[in-house]
Amino acid sequence: MKQLVILSGKGGTGKTSITASFAALSKNFILVDADVDAADLHLVTSPEILSTHDFIAGQEAEINPDLCEGCGNCKDLCRFDAIMEQDETYTVDPYACEGCGLCARYCPTDAIAMNPVVSGQWFKSETKNGPFYHAKLGIAADNSGKMVATIREQASNAAQENGQDLVIIDGPPGIGCPVIASLTGCDLVFVITEPTPSGLHDLQRVTELAHHFKIPVLSAVNKADLDDEMTEKIEKYCEENNIRTLGRIPFDPAFVKSMINKVSIVEYSSGAGAMAVRNIWQKVNYQLELEN
Amino acid sequence: MSKHTIAIASGKGGTGKTTISVSMALALAQSGESVSFKDADVEEPNAHLFLDVDLKKKSDVSVLIPEIDEAKCDGCAECQKACAFNAITVMGSLPLVFTELCHGCGACTLVCPQKAITEVPKIIGRLDSAKVDEMSFSRGILNVGEAMSSPIIAKLREENGTDADWTIIDAPPGTSCPVINSSRNVDYLILVTEPTPFGLNDLELAVGMARALELPHGVIINRANLGDREVYDYCTREQIPILLEIPFDRKIAEGYAKGQTLIVSQPEWSEKLVELAFDLVGGRS
Repeated sequence: MKQLVILSGKGGTGKTSITASFAALSKNFILVDADVDAADLHLVTSPEILSTHDFIAGQEAEINPDLCEGCGNCKDLCRFDAIMEQDETYTVDPYACEGCGLCARYCPTDAIAMNPVVSGQWFKSETKNGPFYHAKLGIAADNSGKMVATIREQASNAAQENGQDLVIIDGPPGIGCPVIASLTGCDLVFVITEPTPSGLHDLQRVTELAHHFKIPVLSAVNKADLDDEMTEKIEKYCEENNIRTLGRIPFDPAFVKSMINKVSIVEYSSGAGAMAVRNIWQKVNYQLELEN
Repeated sequence: MSKHTIAIASGKGGTGKTTISVSMALALAQSGESVSFKDADVEEPNAHLFLDVDLKKKSDVSVLIPEIDEAKCDGCAECQKACAFNAITVMGSLPLVFTELCHGCGACTLVCPQKAITEVPKIIGRLDSAKVDEMSFSRGILNVGEAMSSPIIAKLREENGTDADWTIIDAPPGTSCPVINSSRNVDYLILVTEPTPFGLNDLELAVGMARALELPHGVIINRANLGDREVYDYCTREQIPILLEIPFDRKIAEGYAKGQTLIVSQPEWSEKLVELAFDLVGGRS
């Protein structure tokens, strides 16, 4: 079984549109939406949810005011400024608490409980193209990296059980915790970028990260005709840095139109944008077969 | 502390946070206001690409990680039990530290009965700063391969460096920890979106976050003429003010591709952004 992750560094370059298209063109695979912070892939894959699961990643401190004697020990120990004090009454700021449990361990009156936190739900779904694992992180919840690890593990276990030979992962923007969780253990990274200074800058950082984990990187430029000069500059950078470029995708309003129609561009249009994506998928697919 | 702090965020990436935040900060500075502009998208900081700046390193940002004195350690594994993040595992008789999982809470050091653990700083990124067009600019940047951006964002927000009247923060995309750290306790949170299904879905998540953090918030709709009316209907239904609409214009897109911000490719936005900034903090005093 192979794992392919679609990344970009910069947001809004077309990760999800491309992932949905790859899924529509692919066979015998499992799809994963690892952008659990701002998941969008379900909007263009019409999933039917088969099962919903609570995601418990961490714990959160809670101070029992009846037992608290107001010594302030917890506030002194906390590295995350998560203990608030007003008139010698101590409370926990749930958005700042990282759940380390130090305060509870050293509270002289045992007034602090560490409660498990449900930080969201993950779903096992079915789409017309195949099985789909996705999640919804709770509002302002943290632990997105653990959530990504959880759904990826579920997906790859299912793939192994049911004999699917590919897992396609729609990754989050950035290079931090959830991106690392999306990337580790993958066979191939596909980076989609755009011809802007930010697009190039962020491609550099995300490919550096992929190479740090020794994963080969393929790339393509989306909306390439918005700036031919910048597109060439990006392709040149890729060539010099061991990143295979697979083509250019033109700016095509059909991307937004297909999204409004809740399908991928290759299912909606046969225009220039869709053609370019089809050609790129053939090359990605070929590369996946070579990665043995 | 600045008199006014405004953060610019969006659930979805690539909606125009950076171009709007750089433009607002510059427009305010050019109108004579004192401005501190902070790029808090520390995983992929881009604001400097739109400013003609000479970035200088200001300071390293580090977190404390445990270092174990093997001579003192007796392998009791109390540290492993105390660690809520699975960052220490005792292999054989010696603990192994997985530094990228460590949150730096200090629990292991405190519980170790042998006093075999000391905390040492590990650099995960840095803060840079520069002076541009009479405004001060600073940014945080995470080292490639590091997972935790929150300590860098916290330090970026803490550091004053200026007693500017305005602090404008360019937040990262998403709705989880890095965004929360970038936008907590600001006076106003601007959410930038585009009128597409993805834009709407992620706007709803960002509004959920703004409400949970009890931040006053409103929406700027970018590329307003692409897509459909769903975002408008949502804002009306939820009584969320639409602060500005910026139409898609090839001139703006091509200017952006050349590293030009909105107020350079279309100077008429400058005054609108200044007026908006004042409106958001209760008008000119």
